[in-house]
Amino acid sequence: MLELAGVSKSFGGLAVIRDLDLHVDDREILSVIGPNGAGKTTLFNLVTGVVAPDAGAIRLDGQDLAGRPAHEIAQAGISRTFQSIRLFLNMTVLENVMAATYAHTGARMWQSVLRTPAARREEAAVRAQAAEHLAFFGTRLQGYRWDQPAYSLSYANRRRLEIARAMATRPRVLLLDEPAAGMNPAETHEITELIARLRDEVGHTIAVIEHDMHVVEGISDRVVALDHGVKIAEGSFDEVAADTRVVEAYLGLRTAERK
Amino acid sequence: MTKIGTDEWVAQVGERTEAYRGLTAPVRRTWDGIPLGWRFAAAMLLVALLPVATDSSYVVRVGVNAFLFGLLALGLNVVVGYAGLLDLGYIAFYGFGAYTYALLSSDQIGVHLPAELTLIVVVALTAGLGYVLGLPSRRLLGDYLAIVTLFFGQVFVQLAIHLDRLSLPWADGPVNVTGGPNGIVGIDPIRLVGVTFSSVTDYFYLLLVAFVALAVGLHRLTASRTGRAWRALREDPLAAEQMGLPVNRLKLLAFAVGGAVAGFAGAVFAAVQVGVFPQNFETLLLIMIYAAVILGGAGSLPGVAIGAAVIAVFPEVLRTPDYARLIFYGVVLGGLVALLRPWSRLAAVLAGTVVLGFVVRFATAAAWPDAAAVAPGGLVARALGAWVATPPNATTVGNVAFVLLVPAVLAVTRLRGPARTWALPTVLYLAAFVWETRLVAEPSVTRQLVLGAILVVMMTARPQGLLGTPRVEML
Repeated sequence: MLELAGVSKSFGGLAVIRDLDLHVDDREILSVIGPNGAGKTTLFNLVTGVVAPDAGAIRLDGQDLAGRPAHEIAQAGISRTFQSIRLFLNMTVLENVMAATYAHTGARMWQSVLRTPAARREEAAVRAQAAEHLAFFGTRLQGYRWDQPAYSLSYANRRRLEIARAMATRPRVLLLDEPAAGMNPAETHEITELIARLRDEVGHTIAVIEHDMHVVEGISDRVVALDHGVKIAEGSFDEVAADTRVVEAYLGLRTAERK
Repeated sequence: MTKIGTDEWVAQVGERTEAYRGLTAPVRRTWDGIPLGWRFAAAMLLVALLPVATDSSYVVRVGVNAFLFGLLALGLNVVVGYAGLLDLGYIAFYGFGAYTYALLSSDQIGVHLPAELTLIVVVALTAGLGYVLGLPSRRLLGDYLAIVTLFFGQVFVQLAIHLDRLSLPWADGPVNVTGGPNGIVGIDPIRLVGVTFSSVTDYFYLLLVAFVALAVGLHRLTASRTGRAWRALREDPLAAEQMGLPVNRLKLLAFAVGGAVAGFAGAVFAAVQVGVFPQNFETLLLIMIYAAVILGGAGSLPGVAIGAAVIAVFPEVLRTPDYARLIFYGVVLGGLVALLRPWSRLAAVLAGTVVLGFVVRFATAAAWPDAAAVAPGGLVARALGAWVATPPNATTVGNVAFVLLVPAVLAVTRLRGPARTWALPTVLYLAAFVWETRLVAEPSVTRQLVLGAILVVMMTARPQGLLGTPRVEML
């Protein structure tokens, strides 16, 4: 579904992604692992159009995305969460999710000002959709929390809200950048189940960057390991975890040799 | 392991929420219960009675000014408060609207279009100008955008001053477009569907209707698709873009809407004043509009409206010494009551100030029996006359005292504990003395000073503005 072919990106003289081929299939959960600085977040930034690739093609269902404006890429069906959470802090929880429906709604300014029937219907529909996305997380983002500003949420709830917001853009591919970072063990466990439900119940295609190997093991259909912008291993979790180069990248050459 | 997705906190929120307490609780609960629309309607009904209640056209003129300020502040709020774009060229749209209306409704170029058409043209052109000026600004962030737009604002004033001798290839001599420093005069009144707006009161009601329409429209827009998108853009442009929001188009839209509002206000201003001049659109006005938005609370519609009213009405009130005194002593007293605790300390400071005043007054009156310090006025002035010192050469002494007052106030803000309590009466008395000997008599200076002082105090005590909500930038 999502396909990268020969993608390269360097910042100044530093090659961050080198000739990378990658694909995410329909309704698959792909994990991207690698040490810090391996180029994982840059990979997401390339796919979502935050930065344009120097070379190579990024295709979503055959449609080339490379070099297109970020909002168009999002409208084409790619949504994401951020490693450092980036919510619309001073907007309410519900508004955060509703704002993300902009691209697939169409109320014009004058329609909203005049509150035409079409605008009202759409507003009600958007609200219902947002409520539905929030309900995905149980009672946590319910009730009075709808009208609370996003900054008042706890850390874990902010991560959840970011996922809900990403869901509201109606993505075909959902990119989750370290969804379990900073979570306690119970919350991490919950995130693992949640990502599986995102695929099984909602039907999303998902790429995850994650450092927590329990999470990676629990969710991945396939794992890709990056180091210095190069794909060093690909396969099932067990295959990748046993790969010498992966162990080497994480723990250094000598540990790898001892194994 | 807890059940996934359950949250006791959400279930118990009712028990955790604090209710209002004390004597004012019923009043506050009732106030909260009144819908915003009703409060707005009531306020506007009261304001609408203004021309009925007074026969002074000056007062109504102040009301017209306040409405113009209100429109400008609401328009600026779209750009600054919602979209978060620091636009310092906003005043150019106001001027452009005014000049466009003037050109299309005067003998300047001999065109007298019907007002219905002119207003539409003005709004469309200023919206277009907002769009065009927004184009180079799309990639500019924060300070850079501010400085570029400030330049646009200055260019407008320069154009207005110098476009009175424009050389065109097909014209024989220089063409006078803007009238230069003399501006354009003899502008037609607004005439809508056969009704001519001739008096200040007529314009007052025209602006009232426009203001209500704009406020209601913007209120609806705030909670709509577009309003949410603007606010998301303000909160985090990158995240907004990644969620599929066309960030650049939304910025241009905000510029265009803000520009159109300012253009409309400019057209009405031109008609009310029956003339437009370059100095009507200088940076001071821009600062005042920003002051209104900031004072009221950027992003809050009622806040911005109240801010505009305060900024428009205050300087006028300060013209009359007695009202100016009420404001000055009211603000000082209010500040003391709000800031000094416990009550005994407040009482000590106030009593100290009063006693100090009488002592100094008797001493100076005994030494120089002929001098009088206090500017004439009503009851308050007479009461103060018996309290404020009366040195000879009050003007000179007042000037010296004024210079002393500034470091004294700064020093008090640095002092802590009992030292501040002891220093306060002297500083307060010094302030009162400076006020009575120098400032009351000079409203043009005092207006700026008092406004500045109010802004400083306000921003220190309530950075989010009167009705703004405190914003959290980062966590």
